Amino acid sequence: MTNLELVFPEIFLSLSIMFLLILGVFKKDSSKLIQNISLIILLSTAVIAFNETLGVTETFLFNSSVIIDYLSSFMKIITLLAAFLVLVISSSYLKTLKIFKIEYPILILSSVLGMMIMISSNDLIVFYMGLELQSLALYVLATFNRDQLKSSEAGLKYFVLSALSSGLLLYGCSLIYGFTGTTNFNLIADKLNSGEYAITFGIVFILVGLAFKISAVPFHMWAPDVYEGSPTPVTLFFTMVPKIAALTVFIRFLYVPFLNLIDQWQMILIFLSIASMLFGAIAAIGQTNLKRLIAYSSISHIGYALAGLATGSNDGIQSSVIYITIYILMNLGLFSCLLMMKRNHKYFEDIGDLSGLSKNHPLISLSLLVILFSLAGIPPLAGFFAKFYIFKSVLEQSMYFLAIVGLLSTVVAAFYYLRIIKIMYFDKEKEKYDTDHSLWLKFSLTFSTLLILMYFIFPSQLIEVISRINII
Amino acid sequence: MNFPILSSLILLPSIGALFLFFTRSEKKNKITVKYVALFTSLVTFFLSIYLWILFDQSTSEFQFVEDRIWIKGLINYKVGIDGISVLFIILTAFITPLCIISVNNSIKNRLGEFLIAVLIMESFMIGVFCSLDLVVFYLFFEAGLIPMFLIIGIWGGSRRVYSAFKFFLFTLLGSVLMLVAIISIYWISGTTDVVQLYELGIDAKYQNLLWLAFFSSFAVKTPMWPVHTWLPDAHVEAPTAGSVLLAAILLKMAGYGFIRFSLGLFPLASEIFTPLIYTLSVIAIIFTSLIALMQEDMKKLIAYSSVAHMGFVTLGIFTIQQQGLEGSILQMISHGLVAAALFLCVGVVYDRMHSRLIDTYGGIVSIIPKYSVLFMLFTLAALGLPGTSGFVGEFLILMGAFKDNFLVAVTASLGVIIGAAYMLWLYKRVVFGKLINSDLKQMVDLNKSELFILSCLAIPILFFGFYPDPLINTIEVSISDLIKVYNLNVMNN
Repeated sequence: MTNLELVFPEIFLSLSIMFLLILGVFKKDSSKLIQNISLIILLSTAVIAFNETLGVTETFLFNSSVIIDYLSSFMKIITLLAAFLVLVISSSYLKTLKIFKIEYPILILSSVLGMMIMISSNDLIVFYMGLELQSLALYVLATFNRDQLKSSEAGLKYFVLSALSSGLLLYGCSLIYGFTGTTNFNLIADKLNSGEYAITFGIVFILVGLAFKISAVPFHMWAPDVYEGSPTPVTLFFTMVPKIAALTVFIRFLYVPFLNLIDQWQMILIFLSIASMLFGAIAAIGQTNLKRLIAYSSISHIGYALAGLATGSNDGIQSSVIYITIYILMNLGLFSCLLMMKRNHKYFEDIGDLSGLSKNHPLISLSLLVILFSLAGIPPLAGFFAKFYIFKSVLEQSMYFLAIVGLLSTVVAAFYYLRIIKIMYFDKEKEKYDTDHSLWLKFSLTFSTLLILMYFIFPSQLIEVISRINII
Repeated sequence: MNFPILSSLILLPSIGALFLFFTRSEKKNKITVKYVALFTSLVTFFLSIYLWILFDQSTSEFQFVEDRIWIKGLINYKVGIDGISVLFIILTAFITPLCIISVNNSIKNRLGEFLIAVLIMESFMIGVFCSLDLVVFYLFFEAGLIPMFLIIGIWGGSRRVYSAFKFFLFTLLGSVLMLVAIISIYWISGTTDVVQLYELGIDAKYQNLLWLAFFSSFAVKTPMWPVHTWLPDAHVEAPTAGSVLLAAILLKMAGYGFIRFSLGLFPLASEIFTPLIYTLSVIAIIFTSLIALMQEDMKKLIAYSSVAHMGFVTLGIFTIQQQGLEGSILQMISHGLVAAALFLCVGVVYDRMHSRLIDTYGGIVSIIPKYSVLFMLFTLAALGLPGTSGFVGEFLILMGAFKDNFLVAVTASLGVIIGAAYMLWLYKRVVFGKLINSDLKQMVDLNKSELFILSCLAIPILFFGFYPDPLINTIEVSISDLIKVYNLNVMNN
């Protein structure tokens, strides 16, 4: 018997998307209405997911191709909340650029649906279905400002490269299916014959595909261009939400079917992690566009999250989840600041445009200061704790090299965060920016800053929530 | 008594800073802002004095211990003090109000924000000296970078950006290795609680690497030769109050860390690495003293002299003799007072003439006599004249060193002579001589607040120079017990 209420969030979301599509077609000028309904839908889906699935013990549905457990419920709720916050702070940007259309919330909702399917997947085919659903929506989102050359370029680039990586991923899936005779994660684990090299090839191909989705070095090339070209709220969406889903699949894929092959994939993960941390930190130094810089910084942060996964322990998984949660919070604040840099209906995104921000807008720059120091991992801010848990689990496995390289790259990374702070605080001021920000934008900035700042007072709470994640 | 006095000491300045943050927007009441900050720091100071009165000198046990669950199952928020830390807390609480009084002339813009940074800095510094958990210690130790970076960067001189970056990145680079070591200790021993670690001890085979990781952090912060190069830059560019905080307290964190962690946790490794510390200390003393002789910038000269003085401190710590360690702590306290005073003296003439170059001055003794007298006193204290607190520390350190290693002691004593040379030469060139620069005639002597600050510093310098007993009594038991445990550990292995 299938417990349909466990997939009720997904069902509710897909029905709502269809309803919104029809509503959008038949009702003229309904973009504001659809935006508001989408917000309500996201929140209520999160509430449903919280009520129906959070307390559930591990359950398999649909011939065990879907799994509902604590990890999936937690990640879904985080995804939904992050998507809600992105949607709620993007409206003023879209209105300013005159691209406030009905498709935007609907596309966000459908990519969220794809991610929820990915997060719950326990089967290669289900996982691939979710992945493609979210990717297709994301391609369109990247080109959303279609009159602008850079945005179209970003979408096209993302589409071509992403299709390539999806191809590789699918090839890996077929290899695994060919040598185990099944696509189900649990059955793969049972039928695994570690002597087969083809399976290792399959794992590598799938890892390449996944590494592309989370933009880990050396599969990161698309990220800076796409991040720069996409409209800023979409960039925010890119830096936060798809990474949650891809990270969950990473966890599920490595730790359920292939835990026994840890010797094979651990080296790959360590390489991905070290390369991302170092490259992200070094390449960001030369950037002048804030969105490009954030792209490199997000590459580097993904490196830390992967370091937690490379440990092969439950502690490592938990630390990665903590890391990604705190990282999302910091990114939200960072982009809220970016969305506040508006003057005469034009948004600014160069580092130089931050010059002397602290004189004109002391509160914004103070928040940005807190967020940047937190991104650099300086105590007592939340970013330090995120790194602390990662290195705690890495050192538990005596992976000293990974820990030391990781910490040294935080020093390199600190340099470019400091450079932004220098420009804000030490340089001469420029013209003032507009101050008529929407209430939600102010809220998200205050909310994220205060949480980052106050995290050290209540560090146990997040750990307690996440320590219930149990994969191995 | 269950009043959490240490947590209050840590929190008080931050609460003051929070209060300033909310009153900040009204630009008119600059004076109010200053008085709020001053009031907060004075309350902190009196609380710290009260702490000293309550402090039981007869035991080396940690007192006023607070132990709360912080990260469940992982780390406890644990603070407590013994004879070694109590003096540094008082020093911090004593120097900060003086810094706040001194901002009158030097900080022209964003006074409120400056005071917020100073107060938050005070919180972190007190936190460093009373934390009894390695992670809590690291948290405070690193967090201090943020306000100091801003103090140098926003209110500093012309090369402030370079100096602020250098300061931040040097110290961060040193410290990340310490973080690796701290987490490793957690996995090796199962706890980061210092008191438990003292009892458990750390496995001998890990000690050397862990010691080196801690050393990398403390050596940068002390600063020891050859990683001292950030200090002259940071000192020169920081505003006067920033230099004072940096010299008087920030540098002491590392010396304190050496005693509390390197000696306490890794006695075997300390024994092995003592020659390394001796070599680096002696090089620091001789080499930076010679560099100080050549300086044309007053602040830079004092900065290099700080490196030399900290060389004495590290030398004294690793003699592992009662006198050496006591001397090191006295030297740190004394250097905290003297270096603060010297930087304030430079600040006084800089506010009037806007030049730190020694050449600008000369023959000012007849124009500003009060200043000259006090500057004389601090110069003599810096070179360790008997009767000033500088003498007691240096003398005890050298006594300890002679017991342990004759050659090192003799070489270090040479440093004392060079130290006297550069300090006296500095004084001669600035204060005496012919009055060549006619602009100097317009200089006014110390105003009331400057006189007050400098006298506040002069009194303890002289008092502890003649009568160091209150300080020595406070640290004596803690140090002798530390040495006992240390020797026991070394003997057993």
